[in-house]
Formats: sequence, C-alpha cells, structure tokens
Amino acid sequence: MKKFINNNDDFLKESLTGFGKAHSDIININLDPSFVSRKNKTKDGKVSLISGGGSGHEPMHGGFVGHGMLDAACPGFVFSAPTPDQMQAAAEHVDSGAGVLFIVKNYSGDIMNFQMGAEMYSGKNDSIVTNDDVAVEDSTFTTGRRGVAATVLVEKIVGSLAENGGSLEECKKLGEKVNKNAGTMGVAFTSCTVPAAGKPTFDIGDDEMEFGVGIHGEPGRKREKIQASKTIVGNILEAILDNLKPEKNEKNLLFVNGMGGTPLTELYLVYEDACQILQSKGVQVTKSLVGNYCTSLEMQGASITLLKCDDEILKHWDSPVHTAAMRWGM
Amino acid sequence: MSVSFLISQAKSVQKVIDENSAEIEVLDQKIGDGDHIFNIQRGLKLVVELEDSIKDLPLAKALNMIAMKVLSGIGGSSGALFGTFFMTMAKSPDLDKDVDFNKACEMIISGIKAMKERGKADVGEKTMMDVLIPVSEKLNELKNESEFKSGLNEVIKIAEERMLSTKDMLATKGRASFLGERAKGHIDPGARSSQLIIDTICKSVINN
Repeated sequence: MKKFINNNDDFLKESLTGFGKAHSDIININLDPSFVSRKNKTKDGKVSLISGGGSGHEPMHGGFVGHGMLDAACPGFVFSAPTPDQMQAAAEHVDSGAGVLFIVKNYSGDIMNFQMGAEMYSGKNDSIVTNDDVAVEDSTFTTGRRGVAATVLVEKIVGSLAENGGSLEECKKLGEKVNKNAGTMGVAFTSCTVPAAGKPTFDIGDDEMEFGVGIHGEPGRKREKIQASKTIVGNILEAILDNLKPEKNEKNLLFVNGMGGTPLTELYLVYEDACQILQSKGVQVTKSLVGNYCTSLEMQGASITLLKCDDEILKHWDSPVHTAAMRWGM
Repeated sequence: MSVSFLISQAKSVQKVIDENSAEIEVLDQKIGDGDHIFNIQRGLKLVVELEDSIKDLPLAKALNMIAMKVLSGIGGSSGALFGTFFMTMAKSPDLDKDVDFNKACEMIISGIKAMKERGKADVGEKTMMDVLIPVSEKLNELKNESEFKSGLNEVIKIAEERMLSTKDMLATKGRASFLGERAKGHIDPGARSSQLIIDTICKSVINN
C-alpha cells in the first residue's frame, strides 16, 4: 500500500482537519463527534440538509457543505456508516427551527445509524434514501439498489430548494423525485485499498474490469475483459436507459463521475462517447457534470448517471452554489 | 452476569476475534466491503479500554456506557446493531438485584430481539441474525433449566451449524445482498464473528 499516511488511527482526523483549514472560508470542522458544517449559521426558517456516510468518497459529502447545498455532513470511518451521535450533534448544531432533512444512501449501516440519530434528535426531521444504482436489481427480496453518484445531484437540487425557502415536505418530495428520475452504473479497472486493510479490496486482472461495481469496491454484475470505451459506455447506458426510459423530448443531465484514480482526460472521453451514443438514440443532453464527485478512494473507473429533468429540477440545478467541491453562479 | 463478567468476556472475545481476523476480513472482502472486522476489533478495543471507568459501576450503568461507546465508536451496521443490543440489555428491569442465568438469558434474548427489529432482518437472509436468532430461541428453552451448562454445548453447536448454513444462502439484507448469486459459496462474515463471540462466551461459562 502506498498512501500519504502517518498512522491509521489519525488518518481521518488529520484529513478532516486539513479539509477544514483549506476551506475555512466556507466550513467549520467539529471533531468528536465529527461533522462538517457551514461557516455561517443556517438562516432562520431555512430547512437544514444533513448527509453523511463512510469516508473514502471525497469530496462527497463534506465537499458539498455550503451555500445552496448541505448544511452539515457526517463522515464515518472509511467505508463505514457514521454513528448516531454525529447526526444528532450535527442536527442540533445547524437546525434553525425549520427542521432537518437527512439524505441517506441506501446501505443497511447508513439506514440504521441515521434512523437512530433521527430518533435521538428531538427536533422536527425527515429522511430521504437514495438508490440510483441500476447495476443491481431491485426486488422485494433485497435491500434494494445502492445509493451512489446521483446523491450528489439530489444534494445540489434539494439544497437549492431549501435555500429558496422550500418546506421540509417540499424538500423531501423534490429529493425523492430527483432520485427516482436518476440512474447510475459504474465500472472499475482496479481495486481500491482501505487504509486500515492495507491491501486491495479485490483482485482484478490487468485486462479485466468489474462491470456494475459499487462505490466500496463491491462486486457488480459481472467480471469481463476490458473493451473499447465506446463499448463500455454503450453497455452502461443501455442498462440505465432500460431503467429510466426517457421520453424523446425530455431534457437530461449527463453526469460522468470519476472513481478517484481515473484522470479527467479519460472522463471527458467517456462524456464524449456517452453524448454520441445518447444522441444516436434520440436522448437529449442539456446539462452536464464531469469530475470526481463520488469516489471510491484510488479506484480507477467511472460511473455514468443520467437524470431526467423537468423545469423545477433544471431551475434548482442552475441556481448558485458555493461549496468546497462545487461552485457556480456566485 | 456482573460487570467483571462483562469485562473478562470482552477480553476473551477480543483475543479470539484477533486470532481469526484474517479469515473474517477475507469473507467480508468476498461478499461485503471489507469493513466488518475492523469495526468489530475497534469496538472490542473500546469496550476493553472502558474497564477502569465501569468496573465499580452498577450493571445497568456499565451496560449503558458500553452501549454508548459501541454506538459512537464503531459505525457501520455492527455499531448500530451491537449498540442496540447493549442499550436494550441496560434497560432490563431489576438489574440492581442478582442477575442469575435465567435473568441473563432474558436480557440477551431481549437484546437480540431489538437487533432484529433495528436491522429488519430475519433468519435465512445471510446475516449475523442467522446465528443470533436460533441462539436466542435455544436460550429461551434453556433459561429455566438447572443443568444449563450441558445446554450451552447445544448453543455452541447451533451457532456453528447456523454460521455454516449461511454459506449457501442468497443474501437479501446487508451489503452482500447486492451480489445475488455471486454471494453464494461464502460464509457471511457477521455470522462468523457472532458465532465466535457465542462460542467463546459459552465455553467460558461452561468451564467456570
């Protein structure tokens, strides 16, 4: 394992402290229990958005705390859900009286810990669960689909509504709509290495890829020989389109997300391939996002997310945002 | 059950889990995301370190401190589930009186029931509940027996059988559920760690 690390026990604390110093104009860091919050107090009457999850997906979620997005984020250990006391403390810190909406990715540990945090918090609160990964089938017998990159889009779009005075109920409703309108699938060329483990999470041949990989290096649909980008992108889009079935005249946001170890050069190539394929299928792309937003440590690979947009979603996507990892319009 | 019993059991369990950590880590990497063993080890370390702060406390307070430590110090599913387990045990009535075998069984049974509700998982779903629920049912049969020590041998056997039975199951809960058929052929890491914990504690009770 080659990583910038001093010792395992301090890994997260040191990284989080550095994050706080680097973006001290936007956020504050609280340690023990750890959470990231906006530098400026939530204005009265504004619904607070709190997300969180295991670390290792940076900039998600701490990088999305700031104007127009989250009010607080609770980082757990690498790939482990945060603990209820973090959510409780974050909620008590940011809630201005309008209530708290927890944005939770669909994993058993996250669901349980956020539920306990919500039970421990005495103020008004509600939750939405993201589950955009189309790689794994949803059925009544499973926990359902995984929450992955579309969580970023949910946080941006609902964040804008909250900033513009949306109520807790309205924010929840919009979040659920964005989640329902989004589909994601990823592919990995290499594994990631959890610092505490010291070795790669999975073995994969030099000429192989994991198709449908999860953001913790969990296996996906199948292990295959690596193919040309156009073929990989085509297969990913086929799975997403099967699921979302966008209408011909519908507007879409195309999000190419890096897993942490793939250069932007390749991500833009993936974006170009995806644009061409979608155009040939008559799917309109009107908004874009390309970059490392929902990563899996140093994994090489990418995910593609398609989000069907109505006017409400488009308006809140375009509105100003100022966070460590996403900034436009201000 | 007493505070000193809890501390000595935590130490024994820590030793056994450490000895088997490589196996559990590999199981989790095959079908999960590899964090289970670190969470369990971190939790045990935190509980063992509590010794000085809890050794002179009444049982209910000690259990509550363990619960809060586990809940805030572990994370992941394990933290929420084991935190729920200890929190429920701490709420048992009459903990200021002597806690005999019968009473201890009732506490463990109620703790496992709360874990089942928190995790919304039942037997047959390839999780730690595949071990814990049958163990809880067996304890329910045993709790009023005077010859409970021989019964604990059956608990050990049930835990092992149920742990092994997760190998051929399809996962429908937890991180492994996303794998479908690909999770088959691997023992669930949570079932393995739970079985090791039960095995260690039962053997220690039998031998004392």
